[in-house]
Amino acid sequence: MTTAAAPTNDPSLNPFARSIWPKVGGALLLVYVIYACAQMQISWERIEVGLANAAHFFGRLFPPNFARWELLVKGLLESLQIAVLASTLGIVLALPIGLAAARNLMPAWVTWPARVVIVMARSFHPVIVAILFVKAVGFGALAGILALTVASIGFIGKLFTEAIEEISEKQVEAVRATGAPFASVLWFGVLPQVFSRFIGFATYQLDSNLRNSTMVGIVGAGGIGGTLFAAFQRFDYDFVCAILISIIALIMVGELLASAVRAIFIDNVTLRDFIRLGGAGTRERHLEDD
Amino acid sequence: MLTFKHLSKSYVAGKPVLTDINLEIAAQGITAIIGPSGTGKSTLIRCINRLVEPSTGEILFDGEDLARLSGAALRRARRHIGMVFQEYNLVERLTVMENLLSGRLGYVSSWRAWRRRFPPEDIRKAFELLDVVGLSGFAHRRADALSGGQRQRVGIARAVMQEPKLLLADEPTSSLDPKTSVEIMELLADFGRARGIPVLINMHDVVLAKRFADRIVGMSGGRVVFDGPPSELSDTMLKQIYGGEEWLQ
Repeated sequence: MTTAAAPTNDPSLNPFARSIWPKVGGALLLVYVIYACAQMQISWERIEVGLANAAHFFGRLFPPNFARWELLVKGLLESLQIAVLASTLGIVLALPIGLAAARNLMPAWVTWPARVVIVMARSFHPVIVAILFVKAVGFGALAGILALTVASIGFIGKLFTEAIEEISEKQVEAVRATGAPFASVLWFGVLPQVFSRFIGFATYQLDSNLRNSTMVGIVGAGGIGGTLFAAFQRFDYDFVCAILISIIALIMVGELLASAVRAIFIDNVTLRDFIRLGGAGTRERHLEDD
Repeated sequence: MLTFKHLSKSYVAGKPVLTDINLEIAAQGITAIIGPSGTGKSTLIRCINRLVEPSTGEILFDGEDLARLSGAALRRARRHIGMVFQEYNLVERLTVMENLLSGRLGYVSSWRAWRRRFPPEDIRKAFELLDVVGLSGFAHRRADALSGGQRQRVGIARAVMQEPKLLLADEPTSSLDPKTSVEIMELLADFGRARGIPVLINMHDVVLAKRFADRIVGMSGGRVVFDGPPSELSDTMLKQIYGGEEWLQ
C-alpha cells in the first residue's frame, strides 16, 4: 500500500475530511451491544452449553429417516396445494384490487378503499393471519390457503399498483384517442405495459407462498409444517431432518419453475432455450431505445 | 366541416394558452399549423379529440359541438378522428398487428377486444394497410423492435384503421430524419387525398409545411396571426410568427 497523496493539516483542503459523528455512532453501538449481552446473560459459558447441546442435536439429525415417507409426501403435497391455491386466488384478487388502487387511472373514491384493503393485507405476518384464520375457520388447509391469499393480495396488489402508476401515459392517450371504451383502454393501453412485471410479481409470490406454506402448519393451518412440528415435539430428529431436506427440494423445484416462467414471459426466452441454457444466461436483453 | 368558434384554453387561470381561436377547416386538404414551441399548437389539436379539455368556445364537427361531448358520445366522435403523435405512442409491448387493430377499439366491444376477436374484415384491412405503408411482413413484430420511421408508419396506419373523417397529426416528423420526414408527410397527404378528408398537422419544419400544405395557419402567443396559402407566407410573416429575423438567414 502506498499513500496516494500527502495528507494536509488544513481541513478545508483535505477532500477526505471525516466527520466525528460516525465514530461516536460506532462507539455508542458497541457500548449498547455489550450492555444488551450482559442484560440477557449471554456469557461465554452460556454459549459453551449451547454449542454442546447443538452438537448433540445435530448428531441426532443424521442420518435422515425417510421410513415414514407416506406422511412426508402427504404433507408436502398439502403444502404445495396450499401454495398453488393461495397464489391463484391471491393473483386473481390482486389484479382488480391493484388496478382499483392506481391513482393515475381511478378516482379517489375508488383508490382509497382499495388502498386500505392492500395496507390491511400487508399489516400482519402470514403466521399471525394464519392463527386468526385457524380460530375463524378451524384447523386445516383452508386456514392456510386463506392466510396466504391475504399475504398475496397485499404483496402483489401493492407492487402492481406501483407498476401501473409508472406506465407511459402516451401509449394510454393514443388508445383513448381511438374512441376505445375504458375497459378496452385497459386491455390495450395499460395491461400490455405492466403484464410482464405482473408475471414477475406473481412468480415471486408463488415462490414465497411455497416457503410460507411449509410454515403455516406449525400453527395448525395445514401442510408439512404440522408434520414437522409434531416430529420436533416427539424428538424424532432423524424424521425432522428428512422433512427439512424435502422442503429444500420443494423450494428449489419451485424456484426453478418460477425462473422458467419469468424467462419465458419477461425475457422472451423459449422453454427449449431455457432448458438448453440450464436456467442461466437469460438475463441478457436487447437495448431498447426511447 | 371543422369549425373553431372563440376557442380558448388556459391550464392555469389567467394564463391562456389559446386565446379566441376562430378557424374553419375545409372538408378536404392539408392544413399545417406552424408557430414557435409553447404557442398552443399541440393544445389546439388535442382540444379537437378532447385529450385536452377546452376552457371556453365551440369546436363544431359534423354538426356536433365536440367541446360539449362526454361519455359514450365523446367516444363515438373520437373513433372518427384519427391521430398521429410526435413520439408515435404505439403500445410498445404489443405487436404491429395489435397496434393497428387498436384503431378499431371504438367499434369493437371490450369483451371481443379482450379475446382479440376482431372482425375478419378489420384484419384484412390491417394487412392491406401494412402493405400500403411498406411494412408487409412486420405484422407479428413487437412495436418496440421497430425504428422511428417504421413506428410512425404504424402510427399512421393505426389512425387510418379508424376510418377517420378527420386526421390529426401532432408534430409527426419532429423525431425523424429529413428523408423519413418527407416520406411520412407523403403518406399523410396520400391518405388524406385518397379518403377525401381534412388533415390537420402541427409542425416545426416551415419548408416541409410549405411543400405539403394547401393552407398554413401561423400561431403566435396562443393566437392565429397568419392564415393563407403557402405562397403568401412571406419572410415578413415568418418574422411575425417566430419573432426575430437572424434565424431566417
